[in-house]
This record gives sequence, structure tokens and C-alpha cells, in this order.
Amino acid sequence: MRQLSYAQAIREAHAQLLASDPRVFIAGQGLWSPWYAGGSLDNLDQEFGRERVLDSPVSENAVTGMCVGAALAGMRPIVFHPRMDFMLLACDPIINQAANWSYLFSGRVTVPMVIRAVINRGGEQGAQHSQALHAMFMHIPGLKIVMPSTPSDAKGLLVAAVQDPNPVLYIDDRWLYSATGNVAPELYATPLGKAAVRRASRFAECGNAVTLIGISTMAQHAIEAAELLTEQGVDAEVIDLRSLKPWDRDCVLSSIRKTGRAVVCDPGWRTAGAAAEIAASIMEDGFHDLVSPVERVTLPDAPAPVASTEERAYYADARAIVDAALRAVRPQAGRKGVAA
Amino acid sequence: MSLNTSTAVSLAAASDQTWLLARWREMQRIRRAEESIGDMVETGEVHCPCHLYIGQEAVASGVCAALTRHDTVWGGHRSHGHYLAKGGSLEGLFAEVLGKVTGCSEGRGGSMHLLAEDVGILGTVPIVAGTVPLAAGAALASKLRGDGAVAVAFFGDGSLEEGHIHETLNLAALYRLPVLFVCENNLYSSHLHLHERRVKDNLSQAGEFHGVPGACVDGNDVEAVFSAALEATDRARRGLGPTLLECRTFRWRGHVGASSDVDVGVHRRGELAEWLERDPIARLEQRLNGLDLTPELQAIEDEIRQALDAARHAALPAPRRLMSHVWEETTCAN
Ligand SMILES: Cc1ncc(C[n+]2csc(CCOP(=O)(O)OP(=O)(O)O)c2C)c(N)n1
Ligand SMILES: [Mg+2]
Repeated sequence: MRQLSYAQAIREAHAQLLASDPRVFIAGQGLWSPWYAGGSLDNLDQEFGRERVLDSPVSENAVTGMCVGAALAGMRPIVFHPRMDFMLLACDPIINQAANWSYLFSGRVTVPMVIRAVINRGGEQGAQHSQALHAMFMHIPGLKIVMPSTPSDAKGLLVAAVQDPNPVLYIDDRWLYSATGNVAPELYATPLGKAAVRRASRFAECGNAVTLIGISTMAQHAIEAAELLTEQGVDAEVIDLRSLKPWDRDCVLSSIRKTGRAVVCDPGWRTAGAAAEIAASIMEDGFHDLVSPVERVTLPDAPAPVASTEERAYYADARAIVDAALRAVRPQAGRKGVAA
Repeated sequence: MSLNTSTAVSLAAASDQTWLLARWREMQRIRRAEESIGDMVETGEVHCPCHLYIGQEAVASGVCAALTRHDTVWGGHRSHGHYLAKGGSLEGLFAEVLGKVTGCSEGRGGSMHLLAEDVGILGTVPIVAGTVPLAAGAALASKLRGDGAVAVAFFGDGSLEEGHIHETLNLAALYRLPVLFVCENNLYSSHLHLHERRVKDNLSQAGEFHGVPGACVDGNDVEAVFSAALEATDRARRGLGPTLLECRTFRWRGHVGASSDVDVGVHRRGELAEWLERDPIARLEQRLNGLDLTPELQAIEDEIRQALDAARHAALPAPRRLMSHVWEETTCAN
């Protein structure tokens, strides 16, 4: 099958959506720039015209509100925030407006829009240019959230998000942009709310198994971690959550039924984070399947530092997932309060 | 209200050769520092994103010449020049962009987050327009305390597209805050020209509707910037409220990084050549009537070399510092 990069897959989804549905338009910062969106929107303005591909002034709040209004009036807007940090200026249209209108008016109106937010971190950019704020939005009833980790899902989830009648927050991560993978050439939708098993547990019955539940970049790190764990005699099942809200409880719980252990790998902060929500749900509905406490791999509860030394210590990678998985498999080997 | 009389320079003094030379030194120092940082970005020694101020030096220098140490300055992503003109240390800047412990933000901020509270730089951070209401807050604090200090918000033309700047203009007029809004109109916001972002070229009028008088000055003429800033700060100190200054200028380098003229594929329609002709430093040199500036330039280069050496030799923070200052036990004494 044909290979595309994650960024190319996003671009292709936009192009096919613009080509196939006259209600679709894109607005946001950087749409006419050859570099702003990291190749994920290149030349769409040339191809589809600047009436439907609107580069915008630095006005996150009003541009997002304008897209909410256009959605209410029958269009299918995609509002683009080249950094999630900047999207914070648009919290009113996203949270008070888009997320609430269908409930507020008993479903007589819907807000079929996509809010695309990019996580763009690392590179010593610091606290205001690094944030992964998915958990904040996960808290809000009425919003759906997707966080693809592969090129194929980057395309399919964007299509599904545009086709969905609700406001969908589509979060992609610049760290994934150059990763390549198979992408079907036609327009297709990857269903919202469904996780993907990236690596099946092979010998769960031997008792050394663990389920790694990954979100966005951390799903890719979980796949690497699974390979490293094989060398340690640990068999990992890797679930790429893909959709954060709603998220696929059935997939996660049925895996834990086999493995008895779970490590939730989240690119966001620890306290009240996505991993906390998932771990709590596992405790509610999968407690009797667990043979060890649920582990979390997250960012520490600190803003992103700048200095290279601190930045390296800040971000978790496959190694951190391996360590957490080993704690789950061999609790005596390092869990605080369990053994010396 | 105790008027702060330490504004050493009056309008008359501005044409004085000593004053002009001081501005020349300040602007040249900014330019040389920026060139060094640009070089380090190109060689990969500096990793953090750097938005260089080259071409706009007269704005920072002219405005800050009208300020006292007690006045505060607030900036954004392109603020190395504001920091240096207000008295921030050169070594602190170099060390900061290198992420060293001796940086002005102790390696926590990099180029885009500068602090030098001892000289009144209460913060430059890169959320567009983010510090504009904060500057109004500092002005409110001054007003409540009656200390006569003025707050200055530096921001770009793009920043006036954020709604809360307009809210701040109204608040500042309503509460008669001693604040000076300095819009550095370099005609671009990232890759977009002003004309691609607004229908009218009238940024100096942004405050008028709210009762904030505005003026448009040649931002490459340090004397013009200074006299406009002095008038505005005088007004503020006399309790007459805020002013908006639009300073027309141009950045010589790309939006971010060291490249000149081109923003990765965005050619700036030959404007750069025109603006190079209006080099604020060369214009000041003409005013200095053939003074031999070679020794001065040598002194600046020596200072830069020494500051750079010191910054390079400074330590990176230990990774175990990571969790420090997420929150504090005590209030600091600002
Ligand atoms: C709230 C917010 N939105 C978008 C950005 C991205 N951004 C950084 S600088 C910039 C351009 C700002 O232009 P201007 O205010 O004219 O300043 P200049 O770069 O010209 O100095 C943009 C859009 C940001 N940092 N913050
Ligand atoms: Mg500008």
C-alpha cells in the first residue's frame, strides 16, 4: 500500500474533504504559509482558493467563534490552531458555546465543526509553547476528542470528525509529522470512539503480560516499549486509544481481562489527567481482573522547562514505559510502599 | 502623587551629542548582540526559537530613554531589544538563550521569556498580546501606590488583532492608568503583511474610540520615538492616562531564526532593500556628524565577546531542578 507521512495524511484528508463537500472550509493561522503547519496544509489555498482556506489574523477567540456560528448555520468548518497553547484564547467559543448548544437547545441545533489543535513541544520552546491540554477539554461534556498516532488514523479520524454532528477536537502532535505509514488513497473515516490494538499479547496465560494503553505520541512509544519488554520476558499488548472522548472502554477492559495489568501512557500532566480518568475507570470496571495496581506514565506536574538538561528529564519515552511495565509485572521490584 | 524626577533627559537634551551617542551605543549593542545570537542559531549552538530585533532598535532605545529604572517594561516574543534597552544584562541574555543557570530567567525561559525585575523588566513572554493587560495592571499598581511610575507594553502590529488589547485600551482610559502602549508596526505578523490582515492601515487610531490618544511616529528615528515617548510618559505621570504610539519600522530578519529577508519561502516583495536604506543606526550616525565611532564599536564588540564567553562557560541546570518553583512557599518582594 501507499506510504504517506503523518503530515501528508492530514493534508490529504483536508484536500479530499474540501473537494467532496462544499460546506467544508478551513480557517486559522498559518494557512497561507509554507511552514506554519509543518506540511500538513501545504498549498491548500492554491488548490481550493483563499475563500475556503482562510489564513486569519491573530484572533483565536473570534475566529473560533466565527466557525461555531458557521457550523450552526449549516457549514462544516475546520478551525486550525497551530499550537494548542494559543487555543486557550478561544475557550469561550469552544467550551461555553460549541460544547453546549446541542444540549442547551434539546438537539434542535448541532455544532458540526472540527477544532484542530497542534501539540508542538520540545526544542527548548518552554512553558507557553509546549502544552498538551487534552485533559482539560476531556472534562467538558459535549466535546469529542481524537488524538491520532499513525498516518492512517490522522487521515481517517479527521474525516470522521468532519462528518460527525458534534464539535470534535482533533489533536495532532508535531513529533509525529514525519512518521510514515500506509494510507488508503480514497476518502475514508476511522470510527470515533474506537481504539486500535497495535500489538496483541501473545502469551498472556504465562502470567507475564501487561496492557500498555497509549495516547498520541505515547502510543508509538508504547510500541517501542513492547519490543524492549520482550527482551525482559514480558509480553505487552499495546492499545492505541486514538479517541480520548468517548474512549473505548471495551477494548481496554477486555485486554486487561487477559493480561491483568495496565500501564496508561499519556503525553499530558499527571494530576487530573487523561491517564487518571482511564485508571479510575479500570478500577471501577476491571478491578477484579487486576493482579497489580494500574501504573501511569505522564509528564511531571510542572510546566515545560527550557534548559536542555531539564527538558530531557521532563519528557517520558519508551524507557519510562518499560520501567512502569516492569513495576506492574514485578511489584516487588520497585513500587514505592510495596517492598523495600 | 510623587512625581518621579529621575527622568534625566529632557526633550532639549535629546539633540545633544552625548545623548545621541548613548542611543547609538545602545542600538549598536542590541544589533551586535542579535547578530551573535543569530549566528548561534545558525550553527545550532542555540536551540530555543529566537525572534531577532535587528532593524527595530530605535523603538526600544527611544522609548526606554524616556523611562526611569522604576518604570516597568513588558514585552513579547521579540523582546531582546526591549530587555537590553531597559538595562538587562548582556550576559544574562546570552546565558538565557543558551539555557544556562546564569540566564536572566535562570534557563527556564530561553529567548522568549525574559525577566530582569531589578531594572523594571517584569516580563516578556510570547503569547501574542499576553502582557498588554499585565502592563495595565502594573500601571494600576503604580496609580494605587502613587509612586509615579509608568508601565510600557511593547507589542507588534499583529497583537492588535487580539480582542483583549482593545479591552485593555478601554480599561486604561477608564481608570486613567499611567501606561504607554507601544505598537511596533513592522508590517508583518509572521508570514502575513498588514494588508492581508486588515482593511485599513490605521493602527495608531486603535485607542481613539476608547479615549486613548494615538500617534504614529517613524520607528527608525530614535529622536522622534523618544520625543513621542517622553510626551506620553509625561502625560501618564501627570495622571492624564494612557497613550498609544504606533512606531513604523521593519524587521530585517525572518519571523523566527536568523535568516535575512526570507521567511522560509515568503519573499518580502523587495521591501527589505527599501528598509535597509532607512537603517536606524546609520541615520543616527549621520546625526553624529562624522564622529569617529571606531573605538566605541570596539568597546561594544569586546563587551559582547566577554559576555558571550561567560555565558558559554556557565553551567546548565541539573536535571533534578525540574520540579523547583512550580509553586512557592513565600511571596517575593517585587
Ligand atoms: C496567542 C498567540 N497566537 C499566535 C501566536 C503565534 N505568533 C507568534 S509571533 C506572531 C506574530 C506576531 O506579529 P506581531 O505582533 O506583528 O509581532 P512581530 O513578530 O512582527 O514582532 C504569531 C502569530 C502566539 N505566539 N500567541
Ligand atoms: Mg509585526
